Amino acid sequence: MTAAQPNRLRQNGRIDRTRPLAFSFDGKAYEGFAGDTLASALIANGVSLVGRSFKLRRPRGIVGSGAEEPNAIMQIGEGAAAQPNLPATQVGLYDGLVARSTRGWPGVRFDLGAINDVFGRVLGAGFYYKTFMYPRSWWKHYELAIRKSAGFGQAPEGPDPDRYEHMNAHCDVLVAGGGPAGLMAALAAAKSGARVMLADEQDEFGGSLLAFAASIDGAPAAEWAAAAAEELRDMEDCVLLPSSTVFGYYDHNFLTIAERCAGSPDSSVGGGVRERLWRVRARQVVLAQGSLERPLVFCNNDRPGVMLASAVSTYIKRYAVLPGRRAVVFTNNDSAYRAALSLAGAGAEVAAIVDSRPGGAGDLGLRAQALGIPVHAGHVVTDVAGRRRVTGASIAPWNGESWENVESTIRIDCDLVAVSGGWSPAVHLHSQAGGQLAWDDSQLCLLPAEARQANVSAGAGNGQWSLGECLADGLRAGAETVSRLGLKTAAIRVPGADANAGEKLIEPMWRAPAASDADRCPRQFIDFQNDTTVADIRLAAREGYRNVEHVKRYTALGFGTDQGKLGNINGMAVLADTLGKEIPEVGTTTFRPAYTPVSFGVCAGESVGELYDPVRTTAIHEWHVAAGAPMELVGQWHRPWYFPRDGEDLDAAVARECLAVRNSLGVMDASTLGKIDARGPDVVEFLERIYTHKVGGMQVGRCAYGIMLGEDGMLMDDGVMARAGEQRFYLTTTTGGAASVLSWMEKWLQTEWPELEVYLTSLTDHYSTIAVAGPNSRGLLEKLGCDIPLDKERFPFMTVKPAVLAGMDVTLFRVSFSGELAFEINIASNHALAMWRTIMEAGVEFEGAPYGTETMHVLRAEKGFVIAGQDTDGSVTPVDLGMNWLLSREKDFLGKRSLRRPDSLRKDRKQWVGLLSLDGRTVLGEGTQLVGESGEPAAMCGHVTSSYFSTSLGHPIALALVAGGRGRNGETIYAARPGLEPLPVQIVSPVFYDRKGQRQHV
Amino acid sequence: MLLIECPWCGPRAETEFSYGGEAGIARPADPDALSDAEWADYLFYRSNPKGAHRELWNHDHGCRRWFGVERDTATYRIERSYVLSHTGSDAATGSDAATNAGTGYSSGNGD
Repeated sequence: MTAAQPNRLRQNGRIDRTRPLAFSFDGKAYEGFAGDTLASALIANGVSLVGRSFKLRRPRGIVGSGAEEPNAIMQIGEGAAAQPNLPATQVGLYDGLVARSTRGWPGVRFDLGAINDVFGRVLGAGFYYKTFMYPRSWWKHYELAIRKSAGFGQAPEGPDPDRYEHMNAHCDVLVAGGGPAGLMAALAAAKSGARVMLADEQDEFGGSLLAFAASIDGAPAAEWAAAAAEELRDMEDCVLLPSSTVFGYYDHNFLTIAERCAGSPDSSVGGGVRERLWRVRARQVVLAQGSLERPLVFCNNDRPGVMLASAVSTYIKRYAVLPGRRAVVFTNNDSAYRAALSLAGAGAEVAAIVDSRPGGAGDLGLRAQALGIPVHAGHVVTDVAGRRRVTGASIAPWNGESWENVESTIRIDCDLVAVSGGWSPAVHLHSQAGGQLAWDDSQLCLLPAEARQANVSAGAGNGQWSLGECLADGLRAGAETVSRLGLKTAAIRVPGADANAGEKLIEPMWRAPAASDADRCPRQFIDFQNDTTVADIRLAAREGYRNVEHVKRYTALGFGTDQGKLGNINGMAVLADTLGKEIPEVGTTTFRPAYTPVSFGVCAGESVGELYDPVRTTAIHEWHVAAGAPMELVGQWHRPWYFPRDGEDLDAAVARECLAVRNSLGVMDASTLGKIDARGPDVVEFLERIYTHKVGGMQVGRCAYGIMLGEDGMLMDDGVMARAGEQRFYLTTTTGGAASVLSWMEKWLQTEWPELEVYLTSLTDHYSTIAVAGPNSRGLLEKLGCDIPLDKERFPFMTVKPAVLAGMDVTLFRVSFSGELAFEINIASNHALAMWRTIMEAGVEFEGAPYGTETMHVLRAEKGFVIAGQDTDGSVTPVDLGMNWLLSREKDFLGKRSLRRPDSLRKDRKQWVGLLSLDGRTVLGEGTQLVGESGEPAAMCGHVTSSYFSTSLGHPIALALVAGGRGRNGETIYAARPGLEPLPVQIVSPVFYDRKGQRQHV
Repeated sequence: MLLIECPWCGPRAETEFSYGGEAGIARPADPDALSDAEWADYLFYRSNPKGAHRELWNHDHGCRRWFGVERDTATYRIERSYVLSHTGSDAATGSDAATNAGTGYSSGNGD
């Protein structure tokens, strides 16, 4: 062993000793080899203390070697690229890796929070709930302190510099897990012609074969695995994903896989991506994720140096590191004897095998005894000594009774306790998919039972423990998917491997007895990550928690990254014992995605920064950008908000733009309005049913303002419609309503009135709209050169005409959303920018100004024009808005019947009114609550929906929904202001400017 | 994420569709003749079953067609999707245009 890596074995292991890698942990430099995980490299360097526990701050060491690791949760990397919350057992070592323990302040070796352990008894189950309840107003102080001391790592500072991507894939068979069963299933399916994807969380295929001495067809099993993976890789239509964890199983066989790309040379698609999320729709799924070993429950079983027996074997065989020099092996089944043999083979002393079963093990027991290892059958470890590292184990004979106190009779010095409480099949994905679980009373585990989706379980995850059984079960599962797919199964032989001949069955030992009773003895941990102990579960049961889901939430059992991997079964068993029930009666908690922690980066994929959301821009957008207009987001549209000149702010620019429209000329890009072409023999009948006004009365060439209601009678959307022909209409919608209105119309047409022949086509992107508003708008168009007369007799308000303007084909609408003389120019989007530029040049003479959405809002508010979605919220009827004149009495329309519902007729409904601040200067905040009296407390009677300063009028204006508002004209009510006296406001008409509406008719 | 068979476009991911509520809610021929309670029943009340449910879906990010789906609300299994009938107001009585049977996508344990 080298001095630099004192626990590194001299030979074997799947590491590359020619490639040393430097890394650091908590600021100290170490060295490992290519092929190490961070965990194996830490063990090689003799680092046994890797973190502090969540609540009690007890020192903790590495327990496992894979996804189940509860303690070695690390912060990897620094600065913006840091990743919190990664198990060291799943972080492949690379040169320059910087790791920090995520818990322990100021450091893991000296942690102030460890005082929690001293005051231990107070911190039982539900401690936070009970202690920090009162006084309630103090919770905000408690919360800060609790949050500081809790958590796994820190959020990185700054945007993540790494790239992530998403990949969609389809396959016939997805195999989750590339151990012996998964490889066989993949071979069976792929050789039968199925399109196969095989994912495994390790960077090499083979699963347990990489960590145990076994042979297949007479050769080392790892060689068989490598050959099988190679054979699959060479096949067409077979995708191999190493370093990839299938973490979620959703409806209709949709699964998600997180692939770690960096440091993974086998990654099927390479290059510059840190992690990749695969979204896979599989026709069939084989779940071959193997099984997870359970710890045993005894006093101080969380001390660094207590490690799962399978992890001990894995570290020795796969990584060539020795986790301890003098070991005690504690088990209730045969599998841990392999760890004893591995330890002995690697030169460690196995001081004792402590087996709770009176009869001990089968053949493996004989092999251990042949090596001279003392075996204490019918004994248990009751306690371990040592704080930052195990120094010894106390052993007592066991009569099969968990809850009677015992005195330990033997004390053995050791620095490692390898434990095995049996194996739990990784049923997580099966359960996520909605599958049933069944308790197996002889194997003492939950097995996958009836599946709800198209999936089959195989191998150790299906309760098949020996290598021979795993290979055969994998083949069976693969063949099963092949036959379900209707393919012909290729003939494949099960390779020869040892069955576990001469093994003895596991026997239950859910809690080792101690010198004092279960509520007073040193802590016996069920869930290391969440510091849940036997005493906590018993306390929860005493306090009345019976349901396992409630006990979970009260004690935090199975929270965090654990998700039931280590403590679930032991916790169920202890709860069952405490309640006097059988384990299946208690049942298990629900397994939910994600199986292992998933980074936010890979969830977001490419959808960050500019790609966060699709961006829609108008054909004129580049002009707005060049003009320096800040953009307002309206749905996905980027619309110019205002056009500042000479360093103007929003208020100054809007004041100038408003006056330009009112006094001379303003131009706006209104292209984002929804546009729908509706035509067909039944178009009039169809629109009569959708819109509230009499559509049939409109002459060709006429425009009308129209509103549509939901069947509940509430205003849904509005817009101008134009009759372009006898059987053809041109409809506009609000910017935000364009898609939903089209979908709404199609729904009625397709599902309710299929007898109507009407065709709807969206024209929103095909045509652009330029609004030209103000007293000089007609003069501008005339200057541009228009082939039709524009005077008010021949082209009156609310009409539409095709025209040639400045040499370009347009449709001219004489409509106004500002109350001024105005035209809307509809033009094919390819020509819109040219038209806009032409207008801007010609407009200079009139001192015209482009204006943005803010000015549009002010101008329409001055006129009392409603904006659906701002002044309405789905609870406002047209009667509330004072739009009775739009409601036809002669026909039915959607929502009409609802206007007679008792609730629609309530006298105290909120109605839309105008408000004036009586101080003449305060612009009310939109959303401000209105009250009837100035004193407190006062009942709310409404709220402000729109509010601006009107430069044209010289004072603020607001629009509001006020209970019974239209009958309260002239009344003074009050606007609530946080921290200030309520402001008196007067209810007025919502039309502030040009009440008679003459300006738009000139 | 559901896999929904559009009768016109074939099986597509749920993200391409939007949900349209229970199928077969016919709009009353003469709403004015209904009492407030009858109108409220049409407007607000739905069967909300545990189990088989006929519902409307719109392939709005695809062909824009509305169609019917028979789905189990407890298992999310889709029995079939169908073209809406063009014979009257009851959108629930449609002919089978497409079903998921046999594709294995949503057929539980397959065969």
